[in-house]
Amino acid sequence: MTQFINLTLNGISTGAIYAVVALALVLIWRATRIVNFAQGAMLMFTTFLAAIVIEAGNPYWLGLLVALASGLVLGAVLERVLIRRVESAPPLNAVIVTLGLLVLLEAAAGMIWGNTPRSFPAAFSIQGFEVGGTRLLFSPNDLFIVLVVFGVAGGLALLFRMTTLGLQLRAAAFAPEVARLQGVRVGRMFTIGWALAALVGSLAGVLVAPSVFVGPNQFDSILIYAFVAAVLGGLDSPLGAIVGGVILGLVLSYVSGYEGSALAPLAALAVLVATLMIRPGGLFSPARERRV
Amino acid sequence: MSRVEARHEVDRPTPSGAPSRGGEPGALRWWRRHTLARSLTLLVGTALALGLLSELLNEYRDLQLADAAYYFAVLAGLSVLIGLSGQISLGHGALMAVGAYTAALLIGNEHWPLVPALIASVFVTTVVGVAVGAAASRLRGPYLAGATLAFAVGLPGLAYQYSGTFGGANGIAINPPAIPSALGSSFPLERWEAWIACAGAVLVAFALYNLTHSGVGRSWRAVRDDEIAATVSGLRVPRVQALAFTLSAACAGLGGGLLAVVLQLANPGAFPLVLSFYLLAAVVIGGLGSLLGAAWGAAILVLLPNWTHDLAQSFSLPDKVGANLPLAIYGLLLIVAMLAWPSGIQGGVRAGAGFIYGAVRARRAAGREIG
Repeated sequence: MTQFINLTLNGISTGAIYAVVALALVLIWRATRIVNFAQGAMLMFTTFLAAIVIEAGNPYWLGLLVALASGLVLGAVLERVLIRRVESAPPLNAVIVTLGLLVLLEAAAGMIWGNTPRSFPAAFSIQGFEVGGTRLLFSPNDLFIVLVVFGVAGGLALLFRMTTLGLQLRAAAFAPEVARLQGVRVGRMFTIGWALAALVGSLAGVLVAPSVFVGPNQFDSILIYAFVAAVLGGLDSPLGAIVGGVILGLVLSYVSGYEGSALAPLAALAVLVATLMIRPGGLFSPARERRV
Repeated sequence: MSRVEARHEVDRPTPSGAPSRGGEPGALRWWRRHTLARSLTLLVGTALALGLLSELLNEYRDLQLADAAYYFAVLAGLSVLIGLSGQISLGHGALMAVGAYTAALLIGNEHWPLVPALIASVFVTTVVGVAVGAAASRLRGPYLAGATLAFAVGLPGLAYQYSGTFGGANGIAINPPAIPSALGSSFPLERWEAWIACAGAVLVAFALYNLTHSGVGRSWRAVRDDEIAATVSGLRVPRVQALAFTLSAACAGLGGGLLAVVLQLANPGAFPLVLSFYLLAAVVIGGLGSLLGAAWGAAILVLLPNWTHDLAQSFSLPDKVGANLPLAIYGLLLIVAMLAWPSGIQGGVRAGAGFIYGAVRARRAAGREIG
């Protein structure tokens, strides 16, 4: 029973991370109809920057700030310089460009910082809470992660629902031509969408870094899990990304705990295939027609 | 990438009155219309050329030829899948692993002879390909890329989880293939391995050449260019796509089986996620949808690490820079190719050849007018 509780708590805190990265994927998908396979590499890069800042003796929070700021800039620049050119091309071209970006960023990080993973500090203690004499697999840092994730989700919901910028972002994503006629600067909205997504992604990178370490390839599996979570919830739905992330976190935690951690990626694949076979649009998506 | 290739076989009546210059049109037309004859000539010619090449090369280069040959088998299948049927796969590294482990298990544990073991690895990978392909045919663009990516990440886990069967991180080692005594006792092992791998590569090229020039190839192009138009024309799109994926998987299985034979080992370290990225980069850079493009890609995969190693040594770059240089070049070329030159090296070669041919014809025409 203790193991079940521990696995559940662990599933929620890792699922929260998948949820944030899935949220980043969903933001970009909604804005530009592109799945950003470079998301994992982008957050790897910004987390490396944070690690450098913290290793130089600066406080954790400055490192986090650097990661967030660099994520914002990286997302905006990449959209303006690269992605803008494939937004109207066949979908396969955009997929290949983001994969090229993933490979390039990982190679660049390896060239600059080497391929050996390095440790990364946590914001709060990673000693689990003690309840009734047993130590749970849930630490103050895990609590921090979960709270931050829900804070980010709430903040984004407010941004999209309550502000003019959010309305413009949604309009640009929903009907670019009409939005342009209404005076929305659609191109700029796409750039902001990418920047926001990269910001959210870089936050996830810093949150997950203490448990996966920082190295060029350390975030590959995060990307896969986030993609599965996003598809599970529905690529169009931010709420779905959060729910999908937590569900996937729980599933992977149970599989790792009861069967062996080597099977976790296969379990994710099984969840993905099951989703696509049973409900291709995801849990939170209405039935969808294919566009001609 | 999405250029519609109209392949209407129009019978142009030969101008009977005009003297046919050396009987060229008739022979040319026969040549154009008989794909099998053309591909058989290519098969024999390429096999002879590769055999001769392997004689000229030293042992190290022979091993590289073998590497290039099994990469070619995989890349040719992947190139046809992406370039002609319009599906993407990031799971081909994992499919190679299926073929390699099948060959290694059968040769190493069951002591099967080489050829049946390779046939079995093609068969097993085909079965896996049918399953993945059936799922893939329901997916589009980014979904398919993500699903096959998850496949590539997930599959190596099996080797660790069931380490009793698959040997865990060490994998399964097998004995080198026996050299036939007819070749003499001094025949180098590397050359024999190159022959085996090249035979597989040439067979793949032969099969794919005939398929892509048949109704099957045309149905792939039709589906790639417009699924709805293809459906209206009576094609069953999911079946057409699943067939393309299955065939591509079979090629990857053969490539993987050959890899196990050449390296005498199947281990999870040989099939990291990045292998699938290498394969994708190689087919895109070589030129999608073209067998020659796949050959360029195979050459790049084998030669580029050597070149960058030499480059890093001669400029005495730090280790971490040299080690990541091939990866950086692949990433850069993937992006540049997609943005600026989607037809890859083979597209460049074709454009160059077309330019020269056009110039020659123009000069000939000018000469005839003057004469």
